[in-house]
Amino acid sequence: MTTIRIQTDDFDLASELANIRNAPNAARIGAVASFVGLVRDSNDGSSVSGMTLEHFPGMTEKALADIAAEAASRWNVLGCTIVHRVGPLKPLDQIVLVIVASGHRGDAFAACEFIMDYLKTRAPFWKKEVTPEGARWVEARESDDTAAERWNR
Amino acid sequence: MRILYFARLREVLGSAEEQVEPPAHVTTVAALLAWLRERGGAFASELAEGKRFRVAVNQTVVNADAAVGAADEVAIFPPVTGG
Repeated sequence: MTTIRIQTDDFDLASELANIRNAPNAARIGAVASFVGLVRDSNDGSSVSGMTLEHFPGMTEKALADIAAEAASRWNVLGCTIVHRVGPLKPLDQIVLVIVASGHRGDAFAACEFIMDYLKTRAPFWKKEVTPEGARWVEARESDDTAAERWNR
Repeated sequence: MRILYFARLREVLGSAEEQVEPPAHVTTVAALLAWLRERGGAFASELAEGKRFRVAVNQTVVNADAAVGAADEVAIFPPVTGG
């Protein structure tokens, strides 16, 4: 079961995990790995008091579904949940949630990390952060490209 | 043809969305970008070759040699920064 949601509201890891454990195939699940991304209060040497996340409605959901499908083709994936928030966020807010359920931990860890690496470089989201010097669009990082490319070696 | 702009490019180009009718020779992404650059100003500088941006046709990221036509939705946006 794959769940993909883009929302302004916060999310709750425990209830998302419960949904995976309540799925019809849940008895085959032996491992669940999850990742939660938070808003940091600093970036590139400036303090950050908040940010706004923009996305490309329609393409975002499609890109995330493609990433989840690619993960399921590479590893044993029995359940996958991706939730990404958009709109205004402040430090300590949750931004993104990825949960991968699998038969064993190796596949769950790997697929979860793969999904995050691909999300950061392929899903059409953009952050604009508020700093004391004014609002600025966050620049894409080369280290994110490098992280995504290692899965193709 | 519908063109969408996102994030920083939406701001500097001053447009979120526009309907365009490029000339007949515009059949690829590269030709479309060259045609948009003819407007000058921010279009010429921001969409210049070597600048970092992505183009999606009908919500799939493509290369400059991809085909585009009148019925397509083209999106132009900066490298993504989600997660």
